[in-house]
Amino acid sequence: MTTTTRVTLPAGASAPPAPPPRRVKPRKDRAGYLFLLPWFIGMLFTVIPFFASLYLAFTDYNLLNAPQWIGLGNFREMLDDPLLRQSLKVTFIYTFVSVPLSLVVALGVAMLLNRGVRGLPIYRAVFYLPSLLGGSVAVVLLWRYIFGLDGVVNAFLGWFGIDGPAWTSDPDYALTTLIVLHIWTFGSPMVIFLAGLRQIPAMYYEAAAVDGASKWHQFRSITLPLLSPIIFFNLIQSLISSFQTFTQGFVLSSGTGGPADSTMFYNLYLYQQGFSQFNMGYASAMAWMLLVIIAAFTALNFLAAKYWVFYDN
Amino acid sequence: MSLLRSRFARHIMLCLIGAVMMYPLLWMVSSSLKPSKTIFTDLALWPAAWDLSNYPDGWTALEHPFSLYFVNSFVIVVLSIIGNLVSCSLAAYGFARLNFTGRKLFFALMLGTMMLPGHVLLVPQYIVFAKLDWINTYYPLLVPNFLATNAFYIFLMVQFMRSLPHELDDAARIDGCGPFRTFWSVIMPLCLPAFATTAIFTFISVWNEFFAPLIYLTDSELYTVPLALRQFMDSEGQSQWGQMFAMSFLSLAPVVGFFIAGQKYLVKGIATTGLK
Repeated sequence: MTTTTRVTLPAGASAPPAPPPRRVKPRKDRAGYLFLLPWFIGMLFTVIPFFASLYLAFTDYNLLNAPQWIGLGNFREMLDDPLLRQSLKVTFIYTFVSVPLSLVVALGVAMLLNRGVRGLPIYRAVFYLPSLLGGSVAVVLLWRYIFGLDGVVNAFLGWFGIDGPAWTSDPDYALTTLIVLHIWTFGSPMVIFLAGLRQIPAMYYEAAAVDGASKWHQFRSITLPLLSPIIFFNLIQSLISSFQTFTQGFVLSSGTGGPADSTMFYNLYLYQQGFSQFNMGYASAMAWMLLVIIAAFTALNFLAAKYWVFYDN
Repeated sequence: MSLLRSRFARHIMLCLIGAVMMYPLLWMVSSSLKPSKTIFTDLALWPAAWDLSNYPDGWTALEHPFSLYFVNSFVIVVLSIIGNLVSCSLAAYGFARLNFTGRKLFFALMLGTMMLPGHVLLVPQYIVFAKLDWINTYYPLLVPNFLATNAFYIFLMVQFMRSLPHELDDAARIDGCGPFRTFWSVIMPLCLPAFATTAIFTFISVWNEFFAPLIYLTDSELYTVPLALRQFMDSEGQSQWGQMFAMSFLSLAPVVGFFIAGQKYLVKGIATTGLK
């Protein structure tokens, strides 16, 4: 079957009814563009707003009056805005604590699951399911009550004689509950790790075992280097999405970012500026700053990747 | 002997982790079956006293019955799935199988939009939708899905289509198929697994979507399930705890159902693209 098509292919290409070459190309182009037509229109909805928001970032705009050019006014205001600083702090703490922790847990559990565990599909389903629910309003509401003063967590701590705080209404602990929620959703990086672990040939481990390498040594010298591109991918993905956290802070604090602004995520503050106070210019400036921050961290990661990510080809 | 013991230890550990992971969800289900008064006094998973009234009471606890919110959510989800499947599969076929000027550039552009934080586009998009008088309609939630704005799904389908042998297209061409016929009769039927993955991911993400409905829908008759649930958050009265958990559970049930039905496609989907 394959041989026939291979034989007919060149014959077909040079067959008599083939139209002259200069007519072929535009027709080919046309089909491609037609298939992409919806995407092209959709790109207009992306590219134009992209530049429009850059413009709005330099204006004062409240939806009612025409935008007023104020130069760097919004950015200067951001420097002196204590709430903005607080929202950056909250977002950074959340990201830099929960992303590494959840990746470590994801990798650890993936390694436990890797070597032919019986019942793998069931375990995988149980660990993966929470990551589909973690961003839903229902689960964040649930979190408020699990970590409530009389909630399950404090009852559990009570068994060990620990008097738990009122997690969600105490500014020192509210963010912690959301970090725990983030770790609870380790399932999606875990599934990616599992797929990656499967690519590592078992014979590497066999050879290392013959040479007397310990489990830890095998992990350091085989698993980590060969898995590093996937760790890198998961890291970038988690960082980007974690910087944009919104629903968790909104639902936990009923939209206020409280208690005492301890769950004021960057995007929650952006929402308040844009859609409660209609400072659309300021909100656009904030969005662009977040874009720059995310781009900077991604670029840093790519630079650092040279030193620890290992590509085997 | 030690091998057996270590295997056993591993299962114990996995079961423990699994139990901790599942506990919050099980606690929610059990709380939805308890009288509100006892939710925080009776912390056992098996209710000491049963109260099934949380379900009918919760269903009508808000301004509109939950049937309305569920129908709203379902309409949005189904139309989003159709939109994503049609528009993304067209674009993916163009990128994966056709040759045209600027293909590489456009493909790079598409990958770039995958990384773009959505809030950068938020304000101008909101202004455009407001100018079009689309606030308080479903258009802002639906139209983008018909315009292939979800680059993740295009990427997923491109990856899948690239893995199909090129001889198929050549054979179809020799049999007289144009690109549209090839797409419809040859490539599409083979891409059903990728379509299933896209449909399930779309279902879960649109069903859970909170931000876009929050800013575009203010009329409570148009509310989706997450927006409705959020109203429980504002009324802290303890009489409603049981009802809130009952409705929360019902709101998660379709996601869990789709997950169980489509697990195979989901796992394959994240493994190939790294999607959430």
